[in-house]
Amino acid sequence: MKLDRREVVKELLTERRDLLVVAGLGACAWDITAAGDTPLNFPLWGAMGGATMVGLGLALAQPKRPVLVITGDGEMLMSMSSLATIAAQRPENLAIVVLDNEQYGETGHQATHTAMGADLPAIARGCGFRKASAITKMSALPALRRAIHGKDGLQFASIKITPADYPKVLPPRDGAWLKHRMRVALLGERAHE
Amino acid sequence: MATAKHWSGEIHALLRAWRADLVSYVPDAGHANLIDLCRADRATRTVPLATEEEGVALATGAWLGGTRHVMLMQSSGVGNCVNMFAMLKTCQVPFLTLVTMRGDFGEFHPWQMPMGQGTPGAFALMDFVVLRADRAEDVVPAVEAGLKFSFNSYNRVAVLLGQRLLGAKDFRKVRE
Ligand SMILES: Cc1ncc(C[n+]2csc(CCOP(=O)(O)OP(=O)(O)O)c2C)c(N)n1
Repeated sequence: MKLDRREVVKELLTERRDLLVVAGLGACAWDITAAGDTPLNFPLWGAMGGATMVGLGLALAQPKRPVLVITGDGEMLMSMSSLATIAAQRPENLAIVVLDNEQYGETGHQATHTAMGADLPAIARGCGFRKASAITKMSALPALRRAIHGKDGLQFASIKITPADYPKVLPPRDGAWLKHRMRVALLGERAHE
Repeated sequence: MATAKHWSGEIHALLRAWRADLVSYVPDAGHANLIDLCRADRATRTVPLATEEEGVALATGAWLGGTRHVMLMQSSGVGNCVNMFAMLKTCQVPFLTLVTMRGDFGEFHPWQMPMGQGTPGAFALMDFVVLRADRAEDVVPAVEAGLKFSFNSYNRVAVLLGQRLLGAKDFRKVRE
């Protein structure tokens, strides 16, 4: 079954506490903002293909905190090699969730490769992810959320979602500000050293 | 590469002194010693990349979390990075990369020429500070200046290690 992106993200970010979230450009950035903007969010407005590796950098720098990357299938396809890079590092505190609408929604709903046979969890598994799942039911999400928030090992999940467009809920778009606010939240005075 | 060991040890010492705890790389022969030194050192987390733009995004995440990152790559890899460099500029993320040059002084290989000669221009597109070392004695001052320009004054910086330093490889010879 295809799930609703806003409901999925809201569920994953429930009781998030110290969870750090990186969102891929476009709808995923609007989704995490709709669930509540905070300094612990780093929504990308560009850098397509960069979300998962920003997540790896953050996870390695902040090993005590859980880090969640939420991105689109198009964005994930652009950085497929990063799954091999990340699996080789195996950070315990990193999770990658792909919201897969089988489209480049942002640019006019062109079909992506996941509509043509590309199987992202199989690719993640092939890259060395020991936990890589395809989520098809809302009822599977609380367990996924607990695993992510609990830093229960590196994992990948692909969630097939309906291609519905939602009203854009825009986060701040000044990249330097987004960076500063997360550094200040994480590092305090050290952010300015 | 008799002298290579010497200056790569000095770079490694500088990276440690500056607490650049995360080092990512796509291998190049010119970086081989430095990669070995970083991998052998338990204080340095090394991340082998599948493609160079991964290292740019990695640097951004690391900086968000308070860790200094340095990327090692060959000049060909610079061309893989340009759009990701834009994130460094937009978000004002300090960034240092050490680039072993090909398509430079004494190059034999025609396929290396375009990107080697285009490397400074590719960096210029995203307003990098570009430094160069062509002799062993230039390496430490250039890398130290690079560390200062990036982590003290928040720039995007590339240190180009030229082929006069590295030696050019002639594929027709048995010896490198
Ligand atoms: C390097 C690069 N190429 C193309 C684009 C144009 N672009 C912006 S968003 C996007 C599609 C994103 O698709 P997906 O990640 O699946 O997210 P969706 O909008 O479907 O949720 C594309 C191709 C871009 N921003 N950068």
